[in-house]
Amino acid sequence: MLQESDITAIWITLKLAGIATLILLLLGTPLAWWMARTRCRFRVVVDALVSLPLVLPPTVLGFYLLIALGSNGPFSPIVKALGGSNLAFSFTGLVIGSVFYSLPFVVQPLRDAFVNIGQRPLEVAATLRASPWDQFVSIVLPLARPGYLTATVLGFAHTVGEFGVVLMIGGNIPGETQVLSIAIYDHVEAMEYGQAHWLAAGLLVLSFLMLLMVYTLNRRFSVVQS
Amino acid sequence: MNSQQSMEVKLRLARETFILDVDLSLSCRGVTAIFGPSGCGKTSLLRSIAGLEQAQGYLKLCDDVWQDENNFVPTHERPIGYVFQEASLFPHMSVLRNLLYGFRRIPYRQRHVKLEHAVKLLGLAHLLQRKPQGLSGGERQRVAIARALLTSPRLLLMDEPMSALDQSSKAEIMPFLQRLHDELAIPVLYVSHAVDEVAQLADHLVIMDAGKIAAHGSIDEMQQYLHLPATEKPATETVVNSSIKAFVTEHDESFQLTHLLAGELRLSVPGIVAMPGDAITLKLDADDISLSLEPLRNSTILNVVPARITTMTERKPAHVQLGLETDIGPLLIHVSRKSVNQLGLHPGKDVYALLHGFTIAT
Repeated sequence: MLQESDITAIWITLKLAGIATLILLLLGTPLAWWMARTRCRFRVVVDALVSLPLVLPPTVLGFYLLIALGSNGPFSPIVKALGGSNLAFSFTGLVIGSVFYSLPFVVQPLRDAFVNIGQRPLEVAATLRASPWDQFVSIVLPLARPGYLTATVLGFAHTVGEFGVVLMIGGNIPGETQVLSIAIYDHVEAMEYGQAHWLAAGLLVLSFLMLLMVYTLNRRFSVVQS
Repeated sequence: MNSQQSMEVKLRLARETFILDVDLSLSCRGVTAIFGPSGCGKTSLLRSIAGLEQAQGYLKLCDDVWQDENNFVPTHERPIGYVFQEASLFPHMSVLRNLLYGFRRIPYRQRHVKLEHAVKLLGLAHLLQRKPQGLSGGERQRVAIARALLTSPRLLLMDEPMSALDQSSKAEIMPFLQRLHDELAIPVLYVSHAVDEVAQLADHLVIMDAGKIAAHGSIDEMQQYLHLPATEKPATETVVNSSIKAFVTEHDESFQLTHLLAGELRLSVPGIVAMPGDAITLKLDADDISLSLEPLRNSTILNVVPARITTMTERKPAHVQLGLETDIGPLLIHVSRKSVNQLGLHPGKDVYALLHGFTIAT
């Protein structure tokens, strides 16, 4: 059965994924909107940067984040001025790492959703007296709903599943930075296959259910919309 | 043209295949058709007027300047209605919510066009709860027109609203557009490359080519550009005229007549109207022409012209408008439905046009 440390790891994992996904949706919306609309030639550079975590080994990303967030890193004076301590090996550090790591999984579905909406509904709304912000709230958000659902679930699930980045910048501090995937690793290392099974199978089922939900809901939207 | 009632459009916009360069003063009344081949800049002109394209220049409707060197009023602050080529209804809203989208965004006291009015005008009562996906092309376009009208626009811009529709949907929409024209005093700019639409709806005509204005004027003055055997104007237009070019050949002093040569045919008009050799234009009211199956040599009518019927258009309940092809040019005439029946009139039939009266413009 689950040990107390396992339950803590589950809780930390869900909290991390929830917060990271929320931040990603808030940051990803303007970024994806810009990427979908701009004719700026630097867009390809941004495209490539956003997609980088897809191809980069997580340990590479984790390594540089460790250096950036560590006590000698460029951000540490700011963090110290704000009364914080070292970001590496802290929950906040994990959130920052997760935001980078899961960025493409949130931004790409949003960008595709915005591109699919096209210019026309916004032009129509403008001729019907809707200001740009009004257009976004009344037209873009409802029409991009399938994109938001996909982005939320992929961002969340991908953060739950992360291992390399967490190991590099979060370490393995039980009760603070020990997440599910690392707890499973520890159990396997300690030959506690029973415990590993409980967590691994739980994660498997959870991931499957989340994806099932996305595809079911998105199919319902598309049936309604087309 | 009085600046209070006209629209000043001086716009310049570089596109990939042409440069839109327009300097126009347009009437604030009735329907102005913008006509020309595909890719001549009609749509760009309309989009620039709406503020959807950032053209350079000057734009004024009556007393409101929408655009000059320093200011550019954004689209959502321009009191326009825009009907796009495809209906572009919001797919996540019912027909009713689509209709109310713009209506709710204008101040209460500016809501001159009421929901019931627009719904009735475009025959949408039975569709209000439906989603756009379940509507036919014609129904969608009617919803889009009503939605634009419900912002009580001071200018209605229509960009080929019928071009994406099949023939039966077009026939379904045309009466609604004509009602619009008759019942609402909103000036309309109507972009089209379809001659029949232009002829049926427009009061004024602007002809564009390669981003420039090739010609503009009232529909009657512009007939030659439409290459029409006859225009088919809507029923409410009080006077329908045909224009005929003729030369004065001689005067008949004894009967006080002027003999004319129009095409190959001789005509006579009462009075001494111009000097021999002068070119004149005769205006013939559609109600001042009758038809006969025989040449009628023994009648009081001086001018009898062989003609062939080219078009037939239903008008007021009792009347039919016929387009005629003659040696003196195309003619439009009004006859009763009863006569059509009795004489067996149909397009292609050879008849004689009896001309009762003229107005003369030199």
